[in-house]
Amino acid sequence: MGYKKTVLPFITLFFILLLWELVTRFSGWSRNVFPGSIAVLTSMGELIANGTLLKNTVASLFRVSIGFSLAVVLGVPLGIILGRVEIAKLLFNPLIQFLRPISPLAWIPLAMLWFGIGDPPAIFLIFLASFFPMVVSTSVAVESIKPTYFQVAANFNFTRIEVLTKIVIPAIIPQVITALRMTIAIAWLVVVAAEMIAVQSGLGYLILDARNALRMDYVMVAMIVIGIIGLLLDFIMRSLGNIESTAWGRLTK
Amino acid sequence: MSCIQVKNLKKSFIDRRRAGRGGERASLGNEILVLDNINLEFAEGELVCILGPSGCGKSTLLRMVAGFDFPTTGEVLINDEPVTGSRSDSIFVFQHSGLLPWMTVWENVELGVRHIQDPEKTQTIQEYIAMVELDRFEHHYPHQLSGGMLRRAELARALAVNPNTLIMDEPFSGLDFLTHMKVREEVVNMHEFIQKTTLVVTHDIDDALIMGDRVIVMSGRPSQVKLDVKLPYGRPRDVLKTPELMALRDEIFFMLGVSYVV
Repeated sequence: MGYKKTVLPFITLFFILLLWELVTRFSGWSRNVFPGSIAVLTSMGELIANGTLLKNTVASLFRVSIGFSLAVVLGVPLGIILGRVEIAKLLFNPLIQFLRPISPLAWIPLAMLWFGIGDPPAIFLIFLASFFPMVVSTSVAVESIKPTYFQVAANFNFTRIEVLTKIVIPAIIPQVITALRMTIAIAWLVVVAAEMIAVQSGLGYLILDARNALRMDYVMVAMIVIGIIGLLLDFIMRSLGNIESTAWGRLTK
Repeated sequence: MSCIQVKNLKKSFIDRRRAGRGGERASLGNEILVLDNINLEFAEGELVCILGPSGCGKSTLLRMVAGFDFPTTGEVLINDEPVTGSRSDSIFVFQHSGLLPWMTVWENVELGVRHIQDPEKTQTIQEYIAMVELDRFEHHYPHQLSGGMLRRAELARALAVNPNTLIMDEPFSGLDFLTHMKVREEVVNMHEFIQKTTLVVTHDIDDALIMGDRVIVMSGRPSQVKLDVKLPYGRPRDVLKTPELMALRDEIFFMLGVSYVV
């Protein structure tokens, strides 16, 4: 049974690559416009060998980790405050709900003006893209904690700190992990766009640079790597949910 | 010495479904009287079973004794002091498990004794976990336990605090027939052993007759005390073979609106 799980997806992959190669050969389009899978894989080898791919992947991952971590570090506590303190919610929730639907890409002009060229504007955009989803999911998670748990806390004379560390934080962890998964995906989407405007490195820049050089094979290599990294990021976030003390979150819902 | 007193207690809720539609009290909605003029006294060490139709406010009454909720008028006194909030000398056992799902059985039991110094703390936790026969499950999480084990773990957590009062809201609901009987037996044994005031809300008349030192029957909304009888019979008791209990059983069924009991 186990081998099916690992082997079957690769069978699909093989046939997709085969189909892709066949389509390019018989489509009649120029190889420059629609390179085949063999050509793309060869170019991928090239870019790996000369270090371009690694350098740009690291650059993108660096920006995402900084922007995303900042968003989590600031967003989760703010979400907890919004979920617990009525006044804070009344004061800030309308503002957050107003800013949330504005695409991070709409901030590009301001980000470039404020932070110049280089990493800071890209990190700022990733932060914006991740911050609001984290705040909103965290505050929703806090509000949906069963009242029973707070009554248990009162019954056992918990201090305010204990309510936070023994009830609120553990209770929201399963939902926060789900939010991390969703948010890192958004951050990874946004980094590509951010790197097309403000920086000279990263997978987004690689795509833009390859387009300017009319190297569609490189564009496709970058796309494939973006997909693979996205899968890996999701896998990492998902494995956080396998920690034993968070397992209840999967089973009781 | 009388332990818990409920004096002239009334409780009403505001029906918010109708709020906001004309009238000067529109913002408040309609007031619904749930508990009407309740006067009760529970003696120390008594095991009291409270029966009543669903929605009659019996759980609300318990929650006010526990300090989770407050009377609209009247008061609840424990040892002549008004209840102003939840306190760890009256432990509430919740209808659906009140164990914290992110903590193991051990950690849950530890909650009530977390301020005690260590050799004694570990010993207490072990003792109560052993008492409810969960020795091999102390490092399991609640979702890994069966319904009966959950109730027993919560009982251990409550008893480890050494409370003066145990307040149980439908402690057997959702259990299968056999588990229900076993957990009930456990509660009875536990009460024989520790002799603490225990209030049990239930909808099962037989539970009340088998367990209670005293049975209280409440009417439908607005709820009042309809019947308050002491059961001076030893435990374990066989309701079917005690004519007085059978007569009382019929009477309570009739009171709750069931006139034909098989």
